Amino acid sequence: MSPHILLRNRDIASLNRIEIYKKYGGFTAVEKAVTKLTPAEVLNEVKESGLRGRGGAGFPTGVKWGFLPNSIWPHYVVANADESEPGTFKDREIMESNPFQFLEGLMIASYAVQASTAYIYLRGEFWQLAAELDRCIRDMEKAGLLGDKIYGRDFSLRIYTHLGAGAYICGEETALLESLEGRIGQPRLRPPFPAVAGLYGKPTLINNVETIANLPPIIEKGATWYRTIGTEKSPGVKIFSLSGCICKPGNYELPLGTSFRELIFTHGGGTPSGKTVKAIMPAGASSSLILADENALDTPMDYESVPALGAQLGSASMIILDEDTSIADVVAKTSHFFKHESCGKCTPCREGTYWMSHLAQRIAGGEATSNDIDLLYSVASQIENKCLCPLGEFSIMPVISGLKHFRKDFEDRIK
Amino acid sequence: MNPSLSPSSPEVQTILSKYPPEHTRSAIMPLLFLAQRENGYVTKDQITQIASLVRVTPTEVASVVGFYTLFHDEPGGWYRIQVCTDLPCLMKGADMFLEQLCANIGIKVGETTPDGMVTIEEVKCLAGCHRAPMFQVQSPEGITYHENQSVKSALGVIEKLKENKPGEEKA
Repeated sequence: MSPHILLRNRDIASLNRIEIYKKYGGFTAVEKAVTKLTPAEVLNEVKESGLRGRGGAGFPTGVKWGFLPNSIWPHYVVANADESEPGTFKDREIMESNPFQFLEGLMIASYAVQASTAYIYLRGEFWQLAAELDRCIRDMEKAGLLGDKIYGRDFSLRIYTHLGAGAYICGEETALLESLEGRIGQPRLRPPFPAVAGLYGKPTLINNVETIANLPPIIEKGATWYRTIGTEKSPGVKIFSLSGCICKPGNYELPLGTSFRELIFTHGGGTPSGKTVKAIMPAGASSSLILADENALDTPMDYESVPALGAQLGSASMIILDEDTSIADVVAKTSHFFKHESCGKCTPCREGTYWMSHLAQRIAGGEATSNDIDLLYSVASQIENKCLCPLGEFSIMPVISGLKHFRKDFEDRIK
Repeated sequence: MNPSLSPSSPEVQTILSKYPPEHTRSAIMPLLFLAQRENGYVTKDQITQIASLVRVTPTEVASVVGFYTLFHDEPGGWYRIQVCTDLPCLMKGADMFLEQLCANIGIKVGETTPDGMVTIEEVKCLAGCHRAPMFQVQSPEGITYHENQSVKSALGVIEKLKENKPGEEKA
């Protein structure tokens, strides 16, 4: 197996210590960027690499960077470390075990968009992790890697952690900004996009932790090297968080385009029950359910192939469901999650998730009539395309796909 | 006045220094965490103090307390045992784990033990799906994760927490 690019902590012990990180080539990429490349050249290298946002949307990272106007200042960089999608635990491992690669990436991103302040927005539950990152930031300050005139050049940067306090919606970038500004986490109307009017109304680059951790290897080894990994349209590696009915749950760093079968059986060891995989949720609770037939299992996990199965790769939080699992229970669970996490701003989401949860619980609890199944579908359909942010949209994915592929599971619970 | 929220307190100063002076409002959430270090919940007085520190109305601070699940405006147990029962944890028996944990401690979800030490809560995904069943403990001292748990190991964790509780018993 080739060495890890992101989870290098799996190959090198104590990589969360600055001297060990330096010993293994740490900070050479940011030094190269700051001393040998212009911000525009850094941006171009990232664009050429084909890196796409790892938080879920898969938007080309370099293109996103290019949206920040050079006519409005200051620029801000915000790392999205809110990681709250059920089934996702990859950013946590990066920050816990390879924090300096993430922080070095944050320096590179800040240099590229010429920001002198970067915030790391962590979900509030990552309390201990924030304290560890604060320690890492202090180590970097002592080493002269943060502060003024970094590498003797006209580049200043300060990095601060900021804890959320338990709200899934704050992973959505405009809700995150509201929260960082000290408000309740409700999404903003777009446009303007954060790249133009973000934190404090200023141009702001928001990238996911895993996206940022990709930057040092890209700058160090180049876009051409990066493109030798993964597929043409989805280059690079991805961390797949594997959970649910699986023998070996955990994070697996694999090239994009690896098949579901390889992840689930070669790496994950199949289901503990030894039974057939019934369904896969590739993007956590926000995911459409994929019917795990032979064709699906042989499908490459990348940003183009997964949509062909009617789902999204998203943050690649793979929840595996075996044939003993009733999809009626799954949908009751996910609907309850979204009901709890809806911020309440848009009526279709606020009311719709409430009723979906109510109906799904009633069906799962064996208290429903067959009319309730149709009503559940009807409520879900009425949320579609009617909300400001994707939460409402996400909430209906398991419902619609569950009813489409596994309607019998719901009918079996009817009185 | 609670000394930890005084404008001259070093901790308040450190928090405020993270944000541009014209955007001190960003300090509301970190200040609320600081306030909760006192007793594990935020009082009306503290809300007023924070509002005055960042120059907004107390209502605006209170709305933040109400929105986020890690802020509490009522006393609970010194240790809040927050068990995740979301889908991946459910697949690993988190529902049963929570039920048996409650039965062993003798309280229901949302209730607090008579000694005021422990509240059990059911929470949403904590990014520990691969190490289910799992829970976090929120207390005035902060938040700690406890993963790959059994009912027996969880009861052990709770016993240890009770023994190590700093300061005097709560009234």
